[in-house]
Amino acid sequence: MSVSAVEVRDLEKVFSRRKGLWHRRKRAALNKVSFTIERGECVAILGQNGSGKSTLVRLLSTLLLADGGTAEVFGYDVFKEARTVRRLVNRVSVEASFFKRMSAAENLSYAARFYGMGPSETRREIPRILQRVGFPPSRRGEAMENLSRGMQQKVALARALLTSPVLLLLDEPTTGLDPRSKQEVQTFIREIRERHDSTILLCTHDMKEAEELADRVGLLDRGELLFLEPVAAVLERYEVETLEEAFFAATGRTFEDEKTEDDEEREVFA
Amino acid sequence: MSVDVTQAFTRRRIVRDELIGLFGVVERNLYLTKRYLLWDLAFLLWTVANTLTIVFIARGVGIAPAARNELETKLLVGGVIWAFLGIIFEIVTETVAWERWEGTIEYTFMAPVSRPVHLIGMGVYAVIYGLVRAALVFFAVVVFIGIHLPHANYGAAIALLGIASISFIGVGMMTAVLPLISPEKGTQLGFVAQGLMLVVSGVYYPVNVLPEWMQWVAKISPATYALRGNREQILNGAGLAWADVWPLLVIGAFSIPIGLSVFKVGERYAKKRGKLKRSG
Repeated sequence: MSVSAVEVRDLEKVFSRRKGLWHRRKRAALNKVSFTIERGECVAILGQNGSGKSTLVRLLSTLLLADGGTAEVFGYDVFKEARTVRRLVNRVSVEASFFKRMSAAENLSYAARFYGMGPSETRREIPRILQRVGFPPSRRGEAMENLSRGMQQKVALARALLTSPVLLLLDEPTTGLDPRSKQEVQTFIREIRERHDSTILLCTHDMKEAEELADRVGLLDRGELLFLEPVAAVLERYEVETLEEAFFAATGRTFEDEKTEDDEEREVFA
Repeated sequence: MSVDVTQAFTRRRIVRDELIGLFGVVERNLYLTKRYLLWDLAFLLWTVANTLTIVFIARGVGIAPAARNELETKLLVGGVIWAFLGIIFEIVTETVAWERWEGTIEYTFMAPVSRPVHLIGMGVYAVIYGLVRAALVFFAVVVFIGIHLPHANYGAAIALLGIASISFIGVGMMTAVLPLISPEKGTQLGFVAQGLMLVVSGVYYPVNVLPEWMQWVAKISPATYALRGNREQILNGAGLAWADVWPLLVIGAFSIPIGLSVFKVGERYAKKRGKLKRSG
């Protein structure tokens, strides 16, 4: 029997912040979330800011410890076998996150070393991967702070791919990009799916993007996973025509509705 | 059944990957030094000026030239070790603060390199960079003031600083955890630890002028032995004295494992509380 790429059971994460000298306010970022992703699948998790998407990605990246439940990546316990899981996972987040004064090549080289790639390997692989994401060779030595957001996000994708992850976590990879850069990044994600043996978990609040890229779409709302199904099944379940309508049917709110004080607090806590 | 990662987990492969990871930390810091070179030069100039203000004190006390030369050297050694220790603490302590400021903390902490290798890599770079910088400060002040050092044993002085660095890195690891626990105040607390260590170690004065309880604390401070040994080596050409070396080796043997353990506990706390991210 083959193992699932991701197996999450009753996952819980609660954040707290000090309020006054003695009290702490607690907010559940994830509340008994369960789902499975099969190898080679692309799953999109939709949700507003503060819904728990980034918390989920950070838990699977071994950057957080859960307060309850379990999470496994290819059969390895994310919390007990973190170092093994780290070899299998990489991510691209909403902010490209680089050493700003270092160049794209230097940043990629640094990332590659942490995954056991020596100088001769990176000298060969970095130009190849940068070329694949459409990064101009003449700008490889330029400081990251001089590159556009779209260009930085391409380097972030290159960084994630350089280490050949079998699970790729994409946390709002196109948020804040101009339409052209967004299109390029999305095309590249499609290419990864076609060419690599990668499983992708895409967290986004772009419903169109989720619909176009993913095999199944889930909705995370205030820390609870309301559904995770193929788009057609979601539309059929709620008897609606779009994912926006499905969101309304599932939550009683529109995606653009103003957030309550509770939502904003959850966003800050997470 | 898990995905086949057997190749990645042979002992040989793990050791190889960890060594490459350690090299990666040193290499990244070299890149950063190159990119922030002007800032580094300005900081070096500030350290030279600061050391000069201390060494010039010897000129104002009105003593015979030979005694003045000796006092200048003692103050200079204190100033240079302060600067050396400052660099080690700054680089190791800012393992977290720096990454948080750049926004790379999540990528670094989710990479498969082990934390001891990551921290030791920071320490190795700090020692190399700190030694180069300390040498530049030392010779700049010697030339500027015109201190005579006919007997100085530089080889022994560098070797002793190298041995002391093991303990300094260990203590630095303990303070490196502070920015993880308190993103706002952690780095400053690291500087407090550096100052406290030097004040009990006789940075510009003999340890025996301190209150008795501070003299007891001085015995477990690695800076005490580094300062005492370096002064003898620069002034009188002494070699590596076992009396300075063994306490440093003992403190180093304890401080590195304690530093790693403290960091491990701090990292676990940060993961539990969600502090392992760019905004803390």
